[in-house]
Amino acid sequence: MPEPTRDSVGLVTPQMAHFDDPLPLVCGKTLTTYDLVYETYGTLNEDRSNAVLICHALSGHHHAAGYHDDSDRKPGWWDAHIGPGKSIDTDRFFVISLNNLGGCHGSTGPSSINPETGQRWGPDFPMVTVCDWVDSQARLADRLGITRFAAVVGGSLGGMQVLQWSLAYPERIANAVVIAATPKLSAQNIAFNEVARQAIRSDPDFHDGHYADHDTLPRRGLKLARMVGHITYLSEDAMGSKFGRDLRSDDLNFGFDVEFQVESYLRYQGDAFSTSFDANTYLLMTKALDYFDPAAPHQGELAKALAPAQCPFLVVSFTTDWRFPPSRSKELVNALIRAGKSVSFANIDSPHGHDAFLMPEPRYQAVFAGFMQRVANDLGLTSRQENDHAL
Amino acid sequence: MRSDLTLIHGWVPEGAHVLDLACGDGTLLHALARDKGVSGYGLEIDPDGITSCVEKGVNVIEQNLDDGLANFEDDACDLVIMTQALQALRRPDLMLDEMMRVARECIITFPNFAYWRHRVHLGLRGYMPVSKSLPHAWYDTPNIHLSTFNDFEALCRDKGLTIIDRAVGIKDHEGRRLSRLWPNLFGEIAIFRVTRND
Repeated sequence: MPEPTRDSVGLVTPQMAHFDDPLPLVCGKTLTTYDLVYETYGTLNEDRSNAVLICHALSGHHHAAGYHDDSDRKPGWWDAHIGPGKSIDTDRFFVISLNNLGGCHGSTGPSSINPETGQRWGPDFPMVTVCDWVDSQARLADRLGITRFAAVVGGSLGGMQVLQWSLAYPERIANAVVIAATPKLSAQNIAFNEVARQAIRSDPDFHDGHYADHDTLPRRGLKLARMVGHITYLSEDAMGSKFGRDLRSDDLNFGFDVEFQVESYLRYQGDAFSTSFDANTYLLMTKALDYFDPAAPHQGELAKALAPAQCPFLVVSFTTDWRFPPSRSKELVNALIRAGKSVSFANIDSPHGHDAFLMPEPRYQAVFAGFMQRVANDLGLTSRQENDHAL
Repeated sequence: MRSDLTLIHGWVPEGAHVLDLACGDGTLLHALARDKGVSGYGLEIDPDGITSCVEKGVNVIEQNLDDGLANFEDDACDLVIMTQALQALRRPDLMLDEMMRVARECIITFPNFAYWRHRVHLGLRGYMPVSKSLPHAWYDTPNIHLSTFNDFEALCRDKGLTIIDRAVGIKDHEGRRLSRLWPNLFGEIAIFRVTRND
């Protein structure tokens, strides 16, 4: 862990919530018992009005900010935006970040034991959807005594969960922040997901999802899936300026080993991911992305689907994001306008493609922090520092 | 608040649903929501303006007016307001059509190019006018379609629009009476309230 800074939440310890009330899933199956692992940052105020829920993206998890121990080199995945004085100011808000069901970082998922069989779930873990995640998040909120979130916030797949929150639990969400997301995947998005899934499923070590029983991992498949995914997270310009056509050695060696820096980078990213992430979880998460389409039950009319929403929305996109480009965010914004909802939209100039939502960028931070500041003001939340000054 | 905004504030009915084109930092929409229960959206492209709107709780959409208003349905609003932006648009006439499609009534303000100080600059001194309402040099001005009270009235006539109200915004207080008598000569800022006849 680097030297502690004033804008870090510092050391955090994950917590576990166990649930025994069965959770009916969209796919028709039911999870009889399950665990959710989560972290919290900041302090819940007396009237429990300052809670903010963070929804994670495809490969995300509960560790969004701070450090787990002194040896951590990197903080949580959204540390750029969560902490004292940051966009989601932990001096004002009580932040909850969980690992979704089906995940591989502690919440019940394919690598957990199925209580009915005593065996690992593996590929038999039921298909979970964005709707199921939101239902399970609402139960976690119940457990923590939070009836209404000051804001629910998420990027990418996390943004879809935020949208679902506004539709499924409109009375429990005071504000929604949807970043670099889309109201549904395009054919191209689904196509990329399918390539990733096929890479995993065609790996001989996949064993139809029972790789753990064979004491192996579909490393090559997961590596390929991540390499493909990673290309879609970066913009052409970002890749170009980072790697160009740079070679690892001075000369071409006319073979298929790593020659270009970009190859080396992708292989490195893929290798790291292939041993740290569960293949069955990756398959599930990409399916959850593909299935999400709140407009489908309304003949594709998103504005109609948005009717239940009551909260103000902040929608943010990034100019070079080609995974969920600004036009997809505008689709959501325009439907919100047609439905007569409160919405603000900012399209942030950033060279970083889809990954921009994870990074600090002055304009992004200004809009995000400005919105959250307004949320805090509306709820009469003061910062701990302001209280200290008053004392 | 800017003098033209104060005047507009008085014209907007209670509880109206308003679209404010080039809403800047959201001052007008914020005041209208607070004082008159007005709802609606502002469109803006300036990053600082957008941030200020978001901080105030004003609904703001990052959208270039030259791209039109296709994302707003016919009669989506009671009123469309556009202050000091008409002259910077690529096609002010098409924008006026769009505005009158989205609402029955529109309020539009723009710098009056026939203001006497502008005439002095051009007519006597032979330079492109530079003033408080037109502060830019000819080569870097965003104001590419300058017009006058008379020009705008002619455009409204051509489009069959009715002018309900016409007023003058003056930055300095001199000539307030003169501007009422001869707005095209003494009015620095033109303010129009127009409605379509259907």
